[in-house]
Amino acid sequence: MTATAPDAGLAEQFERTIARDQRVEPRDWMPEKFRATVIRQIAQHAHSEIIGMQPEGNWITRAPSLRRKAILLAKVQDEAGHGLYLYSACETLGADRTDLTERLITGRQKYSSIFNYPALTFADVGVIGWLVDGAAVCNQVPLCRSSYGPYARAMIRICKEESFHQRQGYELLMTMMSGTAGQRAMVQDAVDRWWWPVLMMFGPPDRESANTAQSMAWKIKRHTNDELRQRFVDMTVPQAEALGVTLPDPDLRWNPQRGAHDFGEVDWDEMKQVVAGNGPCNAERIAQRKAAHDGGAWVREAAAAHAAKKAGRERTVA
Amino acid sequence: MSMETSTGAGRASWPLWEVFIRGKRGLNHVHVGSLHAADGEMALRNARDLYTRRNEGVSIWVVPSASITASSPDEKDPFFAPSGDKVYRHPTFYDIPDNVPHM
Repeated sequence: MTATAPDAGLAEQFERTIARDQRVEPRDWMPEKFRATVIRQIAQHAHSEIIGMQPEGNWITRAPSLRRKAILLAKVQDEAGHGLYLYSACETLGADRTDLTERLITGRQKYSSIFNYPALTFADVGVIGWLVDGAAVCNQVPLCRSSYGPYARAMIRICKEESFHQRQGYELLMTMMSGTAGQRAMVQDAVDRWWWPVLMMFGPPDRESANTAQSMAWKIKRHTNDELRQRFVDMTVPQAEALGVTLPDPDLRWNPQRGAHDFGEVDWDEMKQVVAGNGPCNAERIAQRKAAHDGGAWVREAAAAHAAKKAGRERTVA
Repeated sequence: MSMETSTGAGRASWPLWEVFIRGKRGLNHVHVGSLHAADGEMALRNARDLYTRRNEGVSIWVVPSASITASSPDEKDPFFAPSGDKVYRHPTFYDIPDNVPHM
């Protein structure tokens, strides 16, 4: 507890709110570390949504039909929306939008390492929907009960919309699996490339996760990384069977004693490398985000100038 | 949401707006979140694109966050105290015999 003596009553009230499973709201007193932790988590989440537009955005012009193009466009638009809901939640804690964007493009704040992998074929679009968004849903559903009110409310909206993302991906893959041998091979190849990075989305193993214990105590997080990873594997195995693809893990098998699947060890060194900025697409993703931000500067300035001029005219008339 | 916070680092950026949506006719407008826009007209368009992509609304209000006056959470108890001890404002305060109809 970081509270000093004058805050004692407030700190007690904060702890009571958490203990009663009530929500902490923006203007409530909260420990500085709680504020910093929630800002860090929401900002990282918002950045992930924004960067997450890129791997699939690249496929919009190359989608094989108007139907797929319209779906993909709507999905990428949703990712932008999710980023904005989350930036909005983050701003309730006193974070500044311009500052958040700057922290992203200068690499001072992270985003999910999954988006540093390339989307090489159209099957990747399906696998991203099925596995990446599936893992995201698994992570996010418990966050709808997160102790910080604006974050929980943003997550409720996001989870409703993610369900479309996952289903369109799976449907896309089912269509490809009923196609030619070449198309089926393309799906299997995409699954082989994405499976392990997707398991990394749940974060480091509990034994190495520095922030988990405090975040759980404050009910910012509701489950540990390993719990969610296990839940995701158990959910995905039957989906893979129904689809007719193999998950690329020789150690993956049902364990009747545990009532859960055993699975192989994630390559944590690879994860550390990608988080540290050495993944296949880190530099490209940030460069593209920076180019979009810099390229939009004149639009932001022009709109602000127009608004100021219009407000001036209205004042003169009045 | 962000009505509660200051505007941050003083750099030139679009102001923050709070967004309220009427889900359908017969319901009140409800606060859904915030966004940045240069003026009210742009705030409305952005709110439409951001908060009503799936027919969530039939009417939108946008309000500059800086224009909202809010009660302070620190004075929560004293501020709402006037209603706290007035149980007689609720219908259940009054005992009416069961055989009296339509009450």
